[in-house]
Amino acid sequence: MSDITIQNLRKTYDDVRAVKGIDLEIDDGEFLVVVGPSGCGKSTTLRMLAGLESVTDGSIAIGDRVVNEVPPKDRSIAMVFQNYALYPHMTAAENMKFGMKSASEFSGDEIERRVEEATETLDIAHLRDRKPKELSGGERQRVAIGRALVREPDVFLMDEPLSNLDAKLRVQMRAELLKLHRDLETTTVYVTHDQTEAMTLGDRVAVLEDGRLQQVAAPQELYDYPSNQFVAGFVGEPAMNFIPASVRQRGDEHVATAPGLSLTLPAGSGLDGIDDDGLTLGVRPEDVSLVSNRAAASESFTAEVTVTEPLGELLLLHCRLGDEEIRVKVEPRSRIAAGDIVELAVDTDRLHLFDSDGDAVYHSSVPEQVTESALAD
Amino acid sequence: MATETDTTNIDARRLVHRLPDDVLLHGGIVFSILLMASPLLLAVIMSTQSTTEVYQVTNLGLGSKGLSNYSDALVNYDFSTYMLNSFVMSVIVVVGKVTLSLFAALALVYYRFPYERAVFMFILLTLLLPVPVRIVPLFQLMADLGWTNSLLALTGPYVASATAVFLFRQQFMGISASLVEVARLDGVGPLTFLFRVLIPMSRGMIAGVCVITFIYTWNQFLWPLVVVTDKSSQVVQVGIRYLQGSAQAGLTQWGLIMAGAVLALLPPLVVLIVLHRPLLRTLTIQQK
Repeated sequence: MSDITIQNLRKTYDDVRAVKGIDLEIDDGEFLVVVGPSGCGKSTTLRMLAGLESVTDGSIAIGDRVVNEVPPKDRSIAMVFQNYALYPHMTAAENMKFGMKSASEFSGDEIERRVEEATETLDIAHLRDRKPKELSGGERQRVAIGRALVREPDVFLMDEPLSNLDAKLRVQMRAELLKLHRDLETTTVYVTHDQTEAMTLGDRVAVLEDGRLQQVAAPQELYDYPSNQFVAGFVGEPAMNFIPASVRQRGDEHVATAPGLSLTLPAGSGLDGIDDDGLTLGVRPEDVSLVSNRAAASESFTAEVTVTEPLGELLLLHCRLGDEEIRVKVEPRSRIAAGDIVELAVDTDRLHLFDSDGDAVYHSSVPEQVTESALAD
Repeated sequence: MATETDTTNIDARRLVHRLPDDVLLHGGIVFSILLMASPLLLAVIMSTQSTTEVYQVTNLGLGSKGLSNYSDALVNYDFSTYMLNSFVMSVIVVVGKVTLSLFAALALVYYRFPYERAVFMFILLTLLLPVPVRIVPLFQLMADLGWTNSLLALTGPYVASATAVFLFRQQFMGISASLVEVARLDGVGPLTFLFRVLIPMSRGMIAGVCVITFIYTWNQFLWPLVVVTDKSSQVVQVGIRYLQGSAQAGLTQWGLIMAGAVLALLPPLVVLIVLHRPLLRTLTIQQK
């Protein structure tokens, strides 16, 4: 059993509160990605899990055992670092063996066998006798992962392991990590600042901001039903458009209005009793489109194009709507230039509404599996 | 074709233009090298001369004595004993200083203890109090302990070194923190970490400190002179002074003294040549 239970976890350095009370359950065999901007406390949380940082308050349990005071080596964890942390004077194989030998509860044969296995799994058997400086970045990271594998831990902790690799290699290693996890089914906690990595790797993704957990959900759920404005803005590239709006009840319908824009909101949970100014309407760039491309044009609005960014697969427009700038993804090769006035419409199934505290109060579509808890806070 | 001729012309012109400059430059360099090396060269020349030849100031050729001054110093004037004593003293100081400083740096960098910074500052403060400054109380201490004329007295005051602690501390601090963390996660003990990771990763720095310490210790004169009165325990720098005392017919035997000086020069020179690369690296780190 290697599920992890984190309760009210806090970390305070002198007068800086890095982690401000995190509650999190990680299932046995789950791949959980902790994502957030730098300084959000994600690495600190991971390091507390590893035992490299002391816990100020709260508890961490791996399996049934509270490990707050358990030294790192007895937690049955293995960690992979961003900078690989390989000993430069040892060969790849020595690097993998060193920790095991020092822990000394394993026989030489056992260590040898495990190294053999790990190098085969990671396809690095031919690199065994090379020193880190003779390896490329990707190979080094493989050796570092191999070192973690050799320990056969209950939990893998990964601290931005792909951040030092170039983009192409990162995509490749991402796929390999997924495959590895599928084979081993070891509980993995993976920290990154890269939301793409988080979305692609995680069974679930925990979004952290300012030392607090914002939302924990499966990647698609996180994307479709962000529980607050921070998550909505952090997940997705380019970020969701936020338009300050007011919502008025007109008969049975709720209508959101902003300068240059008026939208009838489809009925959905959370609309009852909303009759407010100071709300924020959220809509993703791909959920806005040119009216000309829409079969049944809903309520449309016009905006002035300020910048166009051809991204190859699509054309990204920056448009001025009232005082706000919104980003719109349109078909590539559309004949649109800066200064054009375009007529736009939104996909009314993909609208989000946030209150003045940034909490999501309304998503225009609510599938069954999303319970009220996702919207609760 | 045209370009080829042009380049040849340019080359030729360049040669004409460059030659005088280069001659001047190289002449200057050779002159300064000779100037700097002259005391050493004169010492080597004099070490082969007889006493009378030395006093003939214009006599700058190799002397009549050949290497007999050397054998004389080594055999008749106990120079071999002094050299051996110096060597033992230097090796003990090198080993002691490096070991102690490595442990001190390990404690300073990898352990949290109260007033850590103050302790480090205190260690640096000892730079202000080198052995010559402390010589009177230190001598009293050695006399009280009954250590005079012993190796303990010769080496003890040199074993603790702020410079070496500082250099090793900087070296250790330059080693990525995640390496330490990996070791902690694996449950690698501090001594294993020191011997299997820190020392192999600090080889250059250790070699550099060894060279500096060896030469520094080998060249000590004042402290051995004060604390050692027994000739058989004396070191080579004081031994040269003894040679000066052995005047012949009222004339100082400069040939013999120079032979002793050249002999005393050889061991540090060998160490320097063998380990000059790590030494240079150490010095560049110091500049940072």
